[in-house]
Amino acid sequence: MELYRAHVLVCCGTGCTSSNSDQIITQFDKLLPENNIEKEVKVVKTGCFGLCAEGPIVVVYPEGVMYYRVDPKDVAEIVSEHLVKGRHVERLMVPHPASPSSEANSSDESNFFKKQLRIALRNCGAINPEEIDEYIAHDGYLALGTILSEKRDPLDIIDEIKRSGLRGRGGGGFPTGMKWEFAAKVENDTKYVCCNADEGDPGAFMDRSILEGDPHSVIEAMTIAGYCIGASQGYVYVRAEYPIAVQRLKHAMKQAKEYGLIGKNIFGSDFSFDLDIRLGAGAFVCGEETALMRSIEGKRGNPTPRPPFPAVRGLFNKPTILNNVETYANIPIILTKGAEWFASMGTERSKGTKVFALGGKVQNVGLVEIPMGTTVREIVFEIGGGIPGGKEFKAVQTGGPSGGCIPASLLDTPIDYDNLVAAGSMMGSGGMIVMDEETCMVDIARFFLEFTVDESCGKCTPCRIGTKRMYELLTKIIEGQATLDDLEALEKVALSLKNGSLCALGQTAANPVLSTLKHFRNEYIQHVVDKKCACHVCKGLTEYYIIPEMCKKCGLCAKKCPVNCISGVLGKEPYVIDASQCIKCGACMEACKFKAIIKQ
Amino acid sequence: MLSYAVGGESTVGKTKLTPEEMSKKLDEALTHYEGQGQKALMSALQEAQEIYGYLPLPVQKRVAMTLNISVAEVYGVVSFYSFFSLKPKGEYVFNVCLGTACYVKGAQKILERIEDNLGIKAGDVTTDRKFSISACRCVGACGLAPVILVNDDVYGRLTPEEIPGIIAKYKEA
Ligand SMILES: Cc1cc2nc3c(=O)[nH]c(=O)nc-3n(C[C@H](O)[C@H](O)[C@H](O)COP(=O)(O)O)c2cc1C
Ligand code: SF4
Ligand code: SF4
Ligand code: SF4
Ligand code: FES
Repeated sequence: MELYRAHVLVCCGTGCTSSNSDQIITQFDKLLPENNIEKEVKVVKTGCFGLCAEGPIVVVYPEGVMYYRVDPKDVAEIVSEHLVKGRHVERLMVPHPASPSSEANSSDESNFFKKQLRIALRNCGAINPEEIDEYIAHDGYLALGTILSEKRDPLDIIDEIKRSGLRGRGGGGFPTGMKWEFAAKVENDTKYVCCNADEGDPGAFMDRSILEGDPHSVIEAMTIAGYCIGASQGYVYVRAEYPIAVQRLKHAMKQAKEYGLIGKNIFGSDFSFDLDIRLGAGAFVCGEETALMRSIEGKRGNPTPRPPFPAVRGLFNKPTILNNVETYANIPIILTKGAEWFASMGTERSKGTKVFALGGKVQNVGLVEIPMGTTVREIVFEIGGGIPGGKEFKAVQTGGPSGGCIPASLLDTPIDYDNLVAAGSMMGSGGMIVMDEETCMVDIARFFLEFTVDESCGKCTPCRIGTKRMYELLTKIIEGQATLDDLEALEKVALSLKNGSLCALGQTAANPVLSTLKHFRNEYIQHVVDKKCACHVCKGLTEYYIIPEMCKKCGLCAKKCPVNCISGVLGKEPYVIDASQCIKCGACMEACKFKAIIKQ
Repeated sequence: MLSYAVGGESTVGKTKLTPEEMSKKLDEALTHYEGQGQKALMSALQEAQEIYGYLPLPVQKRVAMTLNISVAEVYGVVSFYSFFSLKPKGEYVFNVCLGTACYVKGAQKILERIEDNLGIKAGDVTTDRKFSISACRCVGACGLAPVILVNDDVYGRLTPEEIPGIIAKYKEA
């Protein structure tokens, strides 16, 4: 390898690419030669560093200086100051002043990284995902190579994975080693290995970041899985909404093939394994394992009853294992460092780390990986830097549409599979959305039910009709039309959904409602009895009002109102909103420079 | 919208294919799938939609014939997956992310502002076929919430006030 005196790492994950990181690379490619330092400085495209809200992020090594929100226009200064003269560009080293996530108290972004432990994300942001040599230089394909050259007994490998305590990161938390063992012990000439990269939880992007930042770790792990269970074909099922991930994965597969790391007779052994990509088509239920397999077969993604379990009869009716992207990303490092190393991290029944996509009303939005057992409080307030704008914390939502909300009283819950279930939520695939005092919990519950109504495949009645009924009841509540009987009805339907649905989509669909009813019942009561939404989110229970004493009679609000329901006399009489006409669009409130308009 | 490259070239002003060119491209694409049956259906439909922008019945019939399966099976799959569209989209598609991260940060208000401004609802197309609005669930750029995509262009950290300006940009294009 050539020697460079400096490396410039530019994040090319989806978040940063959306904010023009590709143009930043173009600028470096242009400016380095102009300054005659293209032989001394190497520009590396990497995967996500995690701190997406402050992107595009550029890191300059050896110093490890991190520049936030870099504009393509800033590149000239980084080149001439930092790379040529060795002076840091201080201006770009602080998070953006205009950003909501950098108000006064979050001066120390390094807190963001301090409590984290990067295992599944070990290579994300550290290597160029498009260069297989960089993965190999970081012990990549070492596990696979060792296994094949030593002809290690598949059951011995499976035993090591069992001892590591690794559980599925896709939501259910099923022990990975056990799943592999089932499939390994079934006799069949043809078996399949599948990877679930459907990432359906809206508001989660861990799996995408791993595929974009470290695709080889997934390829290596799937190949190992193929060796362990006796499969020679694998499929990665990726959401179609993830074009960059798909492209990186394709590229990585091509390189792995050229190096003989997948394909025929890997490492000269008699083991062969091939991989293919299948694109999803926007159906959440296809994240469910049986539905996913139907989808790969080219059919509608309707779940099928289990048993038979996929380990016995899965894809094309052959024994199949399915694991999540993050689960796979843990496999190579478990095998190089050993089961004991992995099992030394985490809690009694949940080992290792978990990646969360931290989002919503929190200062540091991005990807975080923490050891199991870290508390919710540590994530939100230390890693996440707390709530922006001095607002009050209300809840964090995990588990997406199958999960629930964790209130302030449970902030000290150590995160693991069992504790989150006990708190009325679940681990889920890793979405973690923070909500503050302005988030209406009834509205959020309805938001998730709207999602499940859309996504229910319609195969079984409790789910198809139950989700719809719950959605209607919640709509009644937020419109101020509900009675206490409706609250009772809501709980009844929730129970029948839980007990009567065929797949986990329906079985868990009521969780967002049940958990908010449990922890935030007072908000439901407010909506139903007092006909009030304290957060002024629910339109049916909110009115816009102009405070006459504050109104400067400028008329701006009247100009902005799309339905012309504000009247007054310019400069003479305070303006007034005709509440019966108002469509509650909020345009007037945004427009008023004097804060004369309020919601009540 | 399989083809969108987030952050890639803007599609503003991209030339469109004539019906004959589309038909020819479809023929080329489908040659790879000849007689492959149901298991190739999703990929074939994804390619077809990339060419046409949606999946009108004649296109579905051709896919069915190529794969040697029934049109009913093709239609069953097309109607199941939200990614497949039976209706043409506008020249500029405003795709509003309504994932949780965006929702908590006010995506609903963004969507309403776009609807008000264009005078159509999510799922609809303007009569001149220039604009359509759709809602999607998480484009994976949650760090930039709230996010919208206009064809390939990504707009993040949005406020409703910025919407009229963005729409104006495409009206002129
Ligand atoms: C409705 C539904 C959606 C799901 N979505 C996903 C998903 O997006 N990604 C995922 O890895 N697992 C998802 N799962 C869980 C999978 O069915 C399966 O348990 C998992 O992929 C197994 O891998 P693991 O053991 O490595 O977690 C979903 C399950 C259900 C019921
Ligand atoms: S529970 Fe819902 S998603 Fe699952 S099979 Fe039944 S209808 Fe389909
Ligand atoms: S909220 Fe909208 S409709 Fe109502 S008064 Fe204000 S601008 Fe007019
Ligand atoms: S914009 Fe504000 S100050 Fe001006 S007329 Fe409206 S309410 Fe009064
Ligand atoms: S929720 Fe909108 S990008 Fe993820």
